Amino acid sequence: MKKMMSILLALALSLGLLAGCGGGNGTPPQSGGDSSGGEEAAPKAAAFKLGGTGPLTGGAAVYGTAAKNGAQIAVDEINALGGIQFELRYEDDEHDAEKAVNAYNKLKDWGMQLSLGSVTSTPAVATSVKNFEDRIFALTPSASAIAVVEGKDNVFQMCFTDPNQGSASAQYIFDKGLGTKIGIIYKNDDVYSKGIYNTFVSKAGELGLDIVSTTTFTEDSKTDFSVQLTDAKNKGADLIFLPIYNEPASLIFQQARTMGYSPLYFGVDGMDGILTLENFDTSLAEGVMLLTPFNADATDERTTSFVQKYKELYSETPNQFAADGYDCVYAYKEALEAAGCTPDMSAADLCQKLMGAFTTLSFDGLTGDGMTWGATGEVTKSPKGMVIKDGVYAGMD
Amino acid sequence: MKKISGTTRTNLLTYGAVTAAFVILQLLAGGGHISSSLRGQLVPICAYVVMAVSLNLTVGVLGELSLGHAGFMSIGAFSGVVACLGLENLIPAAPLRLAVAMVIGAVCAGVAGLLIGIPVLRLKGDYLAIVTLAFGEIIKNIINCLYVGLDDRGLHVSFLTNSGDLHLAPGGRVVIDGPMGISGVAPISTFTAGFVLILVTLFVVLNLIHSRAGRAIMALRDNRIAAESIGIPVTKYKLMAFAVSSALAGAAGTLYAMNFSTVIAGKFSFNTSILILVFVVLGGLGNMWGSIVAATVLTILPEALRQFDDYRMLTYAIVLILVMLATNNPAFKGLLLRLRNKLLPSGAKKRKGGRADGIS
Amino acid sequence: MTFLSYLVSGLSLGSVYAIIALGYTMVYGIAKMLNFAHGDVIMVGAYVCFTAATRWHLPTLVGVLLSMVVCTALGVVIERLAYKPLRSAPSLAVLITAIGVSYFLQNTALLVWGSNYKVFTSIVGDGSVKLFGGRLSIPVIAIVTVVACVIIMIALTWFTGSTKMGKAMRACSEDKGAAQLMGINVDLTISVTFAIGSALAAVAGVLLCSAYSTMTPTMGSMPGIKAFTAAVFGGIGSIPGAMLGGILLGIIEIFGKGYVSTQLSDAIVFAVLIIVLLVKPAGLLGKPTNEKV
Repeated sequence: MKKMMSILLALALSLGLLAGCGGGNGTPPQSGGDSSGGEEAAPKAAAFKLGGTGPLTGGAAVYGTAAKNGAQIAVDEINALGGIQFELRYEDDEHDAEKAVNAYNKLKDWGMQLSLGSVTSTPAVATSVKNFEDRIFALTPSASAIAVVEGKDNVFQMCFTDPNQGSASAQYIFDKGLGTKIGIIYKNDDVYSKGIYNTFVSKAGELGLDIVSTTTFTEDSKTDFSVQLTDAKNKGADLIFLPIYNEPASLIFQQARTMGYSPLYFGVDGMDGILTLENFDTSLAEGVMLLTPFNADATDERTTSFVQKYKELYSETPNQFAADGYDCVYAYKEALEAAGCTPDMSAADLCQKLMGAFTTLSFDGLTGDGMTWGATGEVTKSPKGMVIKDGVYAGMD
Repeated sequence: MKKISGTTRTNLLTYGAVTAAFVILQLLAGGGHISSSLRGQLVPICAYVVMAVSLNLTVGVLGELSLGHAGFMSIGAFSGVVACLGLENLIPAAPLRLAVAMVIGAVCAGVAGLLIGIPVLRLKGDYLAIVTLAFGEIIKNIINCLYVGLDDRGLHVSFLTNSGDLHLAPGGRVVIDGPMGISGVAPISTFTAGFVLILVTLFVVLNLIHSRAGRAIMALRDNRIAAESIGIPVTKYKLMAFAVSSALAGAAGTLYAMNFSTVIAGKFSFNTSILILVFVVLGGLGNMWGSIVAATVLTILPEALRQFDDYRMLTYAIVLILVMLATNNPAFKGLLLRLRNKLLPSGAKKRKGGRADGIS
Repeated sequence: MTFLSYLVSGLSLGSVYAIIALGYTMVYGIAKMLNFAHGDVIMVGAYVCFTAATRWHLPTLVGVLLSMVVCTALGVVIERLAYKPLRSAPSLAVLITAIGVSYFLQNTALLVWGSNYKVFTSIVGDGSVKLFGGRLSIPVIAIVTVVACVIIMIALTWFTGSTKMGKAMRACSEDKGAAQLMGINVDLTISVTFAIGSALAAVAGVLLCSAYSTMTPTMGSMPGIKAFTAAVFGGIGSIPGAMLGGILLGIIEIFGKGYVSTQLSDAIVFAVLIIVLLVKPAGLLGKPTNEKV
């Protein structure tokens, strides 16, 4: 009896849904969801439709939200200038490949002409295949896995690829003679962390760096690091390489201090933002070195104005993802201008023009000066070595 | 027509409805009347429908709560993709290759189900539930440490180390790269393949339910002691239902994985198992038709809620709670009953009689 | 020495699991439902205490009390609105509703507190006691957690064993219908159970974040599942069982990492659980139930 009821209910629900979707389904280009319904009358043809997916809910929401907010600030700034106009739309992908493809398709129905790919790597691998098939140009702010751009001529990255970071870190440690015995703690079920770890180890092997301790953790066990730290301590590691995000890193610093263990720490771009974690005791991160393209405490005019705007609008300090999102929109602006594109062009035409424009572009942004792109879609920019001194980032020469 | 029993008629009706839905969607898609959003979801919906129907066999028909169903999907997904890549040269036709891969995925998951089922099915209730959850997590953890490569000398497997330790010959490729999973595979799953898999699943499950074995399984669910006392071999039938359920989940896993160019072990976590359990409970325990509808509706729902932006998942949660409250509310049920009697004055009674798989 | 320091870490992690598991087991024992939203109540508790301490600058103790009050109210409201109407419904329907509540709490927290990580300031600071000439250091928070866990367990055992309400709870757990006939207010008893369970969740949230300081809206789900595992491990429904299960789970997790492999530690925890349940199908301290024919 109960089942009958639930079927009826489910049927009623589904009918309602179909009816709800039905209106938009017939005419994909204008459907755009009800949210943009109000702007229907506005001169839409004048704006480029820019779409991206990222985790806006769930455990990875911090990255997607930041990239979205950063991009939104850039769009508002550019639109206020009066030249090229953008219309930005971000869809939630919950850091999941399946949801990312759904979100991507939703954006395609909306009429997306330019794509910001996906924010995180695993979903980005899935959506970049779609970008490639549909010939919609993509510039991902922060999906750093090599598989995102590999074999796709129209997918470009704003961040370093993982291998790039791993070998650059090993080189840096070797060149500066920072440590003799190296310990590594990385996140075993994370594409980003594992990717950097792999190249770090092979580069370290070439250079003859001595890796004494390698330990891991997973999403399900990212609270207690006593075992990992004890291992590194017992084996006499004097430098710990942390190719991980800042959240577990902050726990590692705290637990190491409690243990009375104080090695040097060396991080990568995921470590960025650690000083601005709300209520973080910055003395824990004293002396931490990291390679990062963006620094929210930099004093140049662009960065300070961006950080200030971001704080006003979202009452948080922007991290590197926000800066990447911001840079993506500006890079698009410059490339579109260089290629002489107009918003009435089709996505495929834009794609063709932008593929040419990006490989000849030299772009100055928040995350680096003189960035250039190769035909593979990988960016060339020099990571800045930073060290945390007295609670602020300082350049490390 | 008179000779067809009520059961057969309900079954035919189910197949017919699924086929009709497929044909309508194909026609709409052919005419370009479906948004890319919905079109992109067709294959995942098929996979989830198969998952829901197969889990319903364990939860609804066998009456044992499983919280690790995604684990079997995972086994099917990874073994299926490896098989698919391995057979690339042997079977050039994609649909056939997909079919063979699904069979391999199903066999691997079925064997795993059998092996896990032997110790696990001795437990009862929540203890069984937690152990299935545990197995699901163990499978995830193991695949995260698994590296598989393929070259002209065959398959290379390594555990807990690195893809560099596979010692692949030049030209070989890494298929499963530990936590990075599988990436860069050309998707070959199609809606048609999904539809065929649903039909096969329904055929297997409905025939099992209406066979002698199925009646024995339901007898176990309703009263294990009574069933045992009349000589029904408990372990055999429990294992049968559990293994069939896992094998079907494995095939669904292959279908799902071959629809995306990337798949990672983390996808098949506890949350996915729960998601599928929600389909089953909402559709009605033991009610295959309900599972199909619930899986479809609940897969589309979060996408249809995208216009709520930041409030999307919050709305989803509220809808979920309200639906559970409403379907279990006597007043609301009475209302629906009256409504149904008005709309279907004659058919209702007959159909109820024909529902052999019912529990109330 | 390594062994001892692993043991200390295990005890510390395990007692956090144990406090969460105590809440799980109380609710399960009386309401016979798996409250999957319990982990998210922990998250709310931690966030409330965080907000009180760092944004409103209230004293720590006030913050802890406030978070207990908020969680207690939250627990009672959830029970009244979402679970009570389902009291006669099949247990799976309640399970799904609990999952819905869990999503609801996570997404509300996301809207209220934002997605950025927050860092919780430990309620007792991050000092440690050094033994054996500094070779073994025991964090103060670990000692506090273990002590709190023991006190809570003793208090709960006394409460369920000796007070009138505790006896009513036990009666409800045995047979709700019969308890009602005996003049026990079943609804009130279940509400009180939820109130206690949720207050414990607030304490657990504060202690969890004091030991492992970062907070996100989804931080409750993994400890929740581990604690559920711990409760089953020890025999669900049993108060000493939940404590034992939690502590053993923590120790196994740390030893698995330390002596086998950091990559396989979760698999080891779950494998031990499976083996224990196969040998003792009702958990370590669970009462074996006789089947009635």
